[in-house]
Amino acid sequence: MRNKIVILRKICHNSTLFKMVSLKKLLLLLAVILFTVNPFRLAAETVPTAGKTSSKEEINAHIQHHLKDDYFFNFATNSKTGQSYGFPLPVILIDNGLHIFSSSEFDHGKKVVEKDGNYYKLYHSKIYKTDAAGTITYDEKHHPTNAKPLDFSITKNVVGLLLAALLLFLAFLSLAKTYKKGPNNIPTGVGRVLEPLVLYVRDEMAVPNIGHRYKEFMPYLLSVFFLIFLLNLLGLTPLGLNVTGNISITLCLALFTFFITNFKANKDYWKHIFWMPGVPVPFKFILAPIEVLGMFTKPFSLMLRLFANITAGHSVVMGLIAIIYLFQHQLTLGGSIGVSMLLTLVLFFLELLVAFLQAFIFTMLSSLFIGMAVEEHAHH
Amino acid sequence: MDALIHDFSFGLVFWQLIILLIVIFLLGKFAWKPIVNALEEREKGITDALASAEKAKLEMARLTNENENLLKQAREERDVILKEAKQLKDKIIAEAKDAAQTEGGKLIEQAKREIEDQKLKALAEVKNQVSTLSLDIARKVLTKEFEDQGKQEALVADLMKDVKLN
Repeated sequence: MRNKIVILRKICHNSTLFKMVSLKKLLLLLAVILFTVNPFRLAAETVPTAGKTSSKEEINAHIQHHLKDDYFFNFATNSKTGQSYGFPLPVILIDNGLHIFSSSEFDHGKKVVEKDGNYYKLYHSKIYKTDAAGTITYDEKHHPTNAKPLDFSITKNVVGLLLAALLLFLAFLSLAKTYKKGPNNIPTGVGRVLEPLVLYVRDEMAVPNIGHRYKEFMPYLLSVFFLIFLLNLLGLTPLGLNVTGNISITLCLALFTFFITNFKANKDYWKHIFWMPGVPVPFKFILAPIEVLGMFTKPFSLMLRLFANITAGHSVVMGLIAIIYLFQHQLTLGGSIGVSMLLTLVLFFLELLVAFLQAFIFTMLSSLFIGMAVEEHAHH
Repeated sequence: MDALIHDFSFGLVFWQLIILLIVIFLLGKFAWKPIVNALEEREKGITDALASAEKAKLEMARLTNENENLLKQAREERDVILKEAKQLKDKIIAEAKDAAQTEGGKLIEQAKREIEDQKLKALAEVKNQVSTLSLDIARKVLTKEFEDQGKQEALVADLMKDVKLN
């Protein structure tokens, strides 16, 4: 045990030393990278120009694909050989009975899967019913017109959410455990970071917006805050997860806020919607539909804001990484990697901020809406 | 928007709703509730501790004040007692002096009276003696003188004159 501590201390000591010389080393490292990628640059230049025209579309398709949900947990794809590195996820279809099979049977859309006489084909991350040959018909907007089976597959987003849920359980059950010894037991490790965040949610969002009834809503607000924050952060890892950048999770969260707000609302809240006090009667008739609309636009804005911010962030990060491929002729391969990495790094920090900010805004506005619904109005 | 609606999957929403419900329920029950309660309890403990510390401080100040007052009172009392004792002492001394003086005066008076008495007695004795002596002398003189009639008569007359002068 003591040895371990000594080793740990040494490592810590070394890391501080490392930090001191890190700037010099970093510059040296960059120079080395620039020189070592030079031979590859020559190889890259020999790539036929015919491939270049398609690379833009390829990148666009790749970004689009990343933003969508998937039946395959993909870490990397070799586009030349068509080899994917990752693992397939279970597909669950309800179409004349329950069909459960691995998504590897689709072979990334190349194969048509036959189950009980029905044929299914994966096309642009969606499963369609087709004939045995796998023909897909399109409408004038180039959307497939084939029927879709009822799809309850455990997709990448479901797995991502499950992973986040698991991490939250691990983190917060251990935090809850530290308080079992008494409230004055100070948490250690991750809990040290989590406790101030819990306090932050309580003191900056729940209490100022909701007031003395804040405790009822703490489970929801804390869950939402940490879930969104964690999912946003997971989206920045190389796992390729994009859960909060999908409209379905933001829809679910917004629905929760909507239902909590309206089910917990008191008489005053409904009165302010349908029969606004303190204004002349004709205005009451004008205000009622606006207020009713407001009931829905509030959670709708929650849904869109989170979705749009995360989607935009992912798109821009991927677009900046694509600079490596798009500008390697103009900037040389080393230059394009340098420019791309620098810009991505800057954006990455911005995205870290956004990851927190969006979690904060969602929770803040949720508590604000809940607060408006449960507020005890002073009579006008 | 078109793409959004096109890509929308009810299955995904279904699973996510279920997972979210489970997460909120389980975390709420086993994590958030104990955490929020513990934090609140800790804060309450800290506030209570601060309040009681403040109270103890006030109590302390009060006690010190009281002690000081007591001390001051005790000192005043001591001073009063000392003063009284001094007065008493002075009074006793004065009284003793007075008593001694009057007693002395009395004694002196008595002594004076005694002396006077003795003097008077002594004078009376002296008178008696003188008279006896005088009588003796007179008898002797008379006896001697009365041998001569004329002389006798002159002497008597002379003696009588002397006695009257005394």
